[in-house]
Amino acid sequence: MHNERYLSVERVGKTFETRKGDFVALTAIDLAIRKGEFVTLIGHSGCGKSTLLNLVAGLLKPTDGVILLADKHVDGPGPDRGVVFQNHSLLPWLTCFENVYLAVERVFKDSKYELRDKTSRALELVGLSHAEDKYPHEISGGMKQRVGIARALAIEPKVLLLDEPFGALDALTRATLQDELMRIVGQTGATVLMVTHDVDEAVLLSDRVVMMTNGPAATIGDVLQVTLPRPRERLALAHDARFMELRAAVLEFLYQKQAHKAKLKVA
Amino acid sequence: MVAVVLQKTRFREKPKPTSPPHPAARREIPVQTARRRAPAPEWLITAIAWIAGIALFTVAWAAIAKFGGRIPDPLTVGAAAAKIFADPFYSKGPNDQGIGWNVLSSLKRVGIGFGLAAAIGIPLGFMIGRWRFLSGMAAPIIALLKPVSPLAWLPIGLLVFKAANPAAIYVIFICSLWPMIVNTAVGVRQIPQDYLNVARVLNLSEWKVFTKILFPAVLPYMITGVRLSIGVAWLVIVAAEMLTGGVGIGFWVWDEWNNLKVEHIIIAIFTIGIVGLALEQALVLLARRFSYA
Repeated sequence: MHNERYLSVERVGKTFETRKGDFVALTAIDLAIRKGEFVTLIGHSGCGKSTLLNLVAGLLKPTDGVILLADKHVDGPGPDRGVVFQNHSLLPWLTCFENVYLAVERVFKDSKYELRDKTSRALELVGLSHAEDKYPHEISGGMKQRVGIARALAIEPKVLLLDEPFGALDALTRATLQDELMRIVGQTGATVLMVTHDVDEAVLLSDRVVMMTNGPAATIGDVLQVTLPRPRERLALAHDARFMELRAAVLEFLYQKQAHKAKLKVA
Repeated sequence: MVAVVLQKTRFREKPKPTSPPHPAARREIPVQTARRRAPAPEWLITAIAWIAGIALFTVAWAAIAKFGGRIPDPLTVGAAAAKIFADPFYSKGPNDQGIGWNVLSSLKRVGIGFGLAAAIGIPLGFMIGRWRFLSGMAAPIIALLKPVSPLAWLPIGLLVFKAANPAAIYVIFICSLWPMIVNTAVGVRQIPQDYLNVARVLNLSEWKVFTKILFPAVLPYMITGVRLSIGVAWLVIVAAEMLTGGVGIGFWVWDEWNNLKVEHIIIAIFTIGIVGLALEQALVLLARRFSYA
C-alpha cells in the first residue's frame, strides 16, 4: 500500500499571482508513483511540467492539494529528494568532488573518511572517477550533467527529480547519458520523476509516461504504461513494433489532441 | 582541411579552452606552415609598438621643452631622477624626506582608509544586496553622495579630527566606500537563482550558504569594487595631501612646486603613475585568480 503511493500528488493546483491577476498554471493534478518506478512528465512547453516538478521538489508551494513522499507531507525543499537541474547548476568554484561532497556532508553524519568514500562512490557510479579534481568549466556539458546526477544520487534520496536533464546536450551525448541513467536506475532501484519534451526519451526510459494538457490550467491528459521489458536496448527498440506504437501514442497526444490549443497560444 | 588550419593560424587568437579531447582526437593535426612566411610573433609587435610610443612621447616632450620655456627636457629629468632614486629613503626632518618615504606614507594612508572602507563597505554591500528594504533605504543616499568629489569632505574631516593625517585617511575612506558598497551589492543581486536553488534543495545551513555560495559568487564583483576604489583612492590621495601637507607624494609635488623644481614634479608624476599601475595590475591578477568559467 505504502509502496504503491510512495510519492503521492493529490488534487494539486498551482496559481501564480501576477501583475495581470492570477494565473492558474496547474489544476487538479493526481499522480501516484510506485517505489522504484520511473515516471516521465511530457507536454508542450509552458504546460507546467517543470512547475509540477518544482512543487514536488518543494521549491514552490502548491495552492491547492497536498504532496506526500513516503507518507510524509512535502513542505519545502529537503534532501530526501535529489534534484537534477536542466543546466547542471554546479558551483563553478568547487571541483566535481567538492560539489558532490557539499551535498553528502549536509545529509550524512558519518566520519570524514566515510563522507569522502560516499562522494567517490557516487562519482564512480556516473563514471567520473577520473575527473574528481576537475572544475566544472574544465569538463564537457555531458560530464557536468553526470556530476549533477551524482550529486543528486549521493544523498540517497527517496526520489530522484530530473528537470529536462539532457535538454541542453547534443543528440549523441544525450543518448549516452540516457543509457547511463537507465543503468544507474537499474543498479540503484531509484524512484524517478523526470520532466522531458523528448518523446523517444520518455518512452525509452519510463515505466509510465504522464502526458500533460496545455496551459493555462494544465492537468494530466493521459497516462501511458510502457510495458517494454527491461533492460532496454536502444538499437533493438528502434525497430520494435511495440516501441513504435507507444511512441506514436505519445506523438498523437502531443500533436493531435493538444496541437490545436498550442497553436492558439502562439497566435 | 589543411587550408582551414592554416587560416586559423593566421588569426592571432588564443585557442579557446576546450573540453578534454576524445582520445582519438588527441592526435596532433600536422600544420604545414613552413612554406608560408610565418607572421611575426605577437610579443614582438607589442614590444615594437611600446618602444615606438615611448620614443614618440619622449621626442614630443623634448620638443616642448626646447621651445616651450620652463619645462625641463627628458635628459635633465633623467639626471634628477637618477639622483633622487639613488637615495630614496633619506630623512632630514619632517619636511625633507626621500621619495621612497613619501610614496610609502601615501600608500599607508591609502591602505588604512581603504582597509576601513572595505571593512565597512563589503558587509554593508552584502546586506544591501540581500535585503530589498535596506537597498531602498540606501539607494537615494548613495546616489546623492557618490558623485561628490571626495575632497569636498576634507573640511569635515579636518573639523572632526582636528589633524591633517586622519583627515586625509578619512577622505580616502569616503571615496573608497561607494564603489565597494555598490559592487558588492550588485554581486549579491547577480547570484544565479540556480545556485540558490541548490542551497535550498540541499537545505544548506546559513553558514554554508555564505561560505560556499554567496561569498565565492560575489568575490569577483567585490574585487572589481576594490579595484575601482584603489584607483580612485590613489587619484585622491595626491590632491588631499597637497591640501593637508605632511609627508606624502602629493605634498612632495606641492613642495617641489614651491621650490620651483619642475623636474621633480615630473618625476613625481611618473612615480604616481607607476605606483597606480602596479596597484591596478596586482588587483587584475587577483581578479583573474578568482574568476571562474
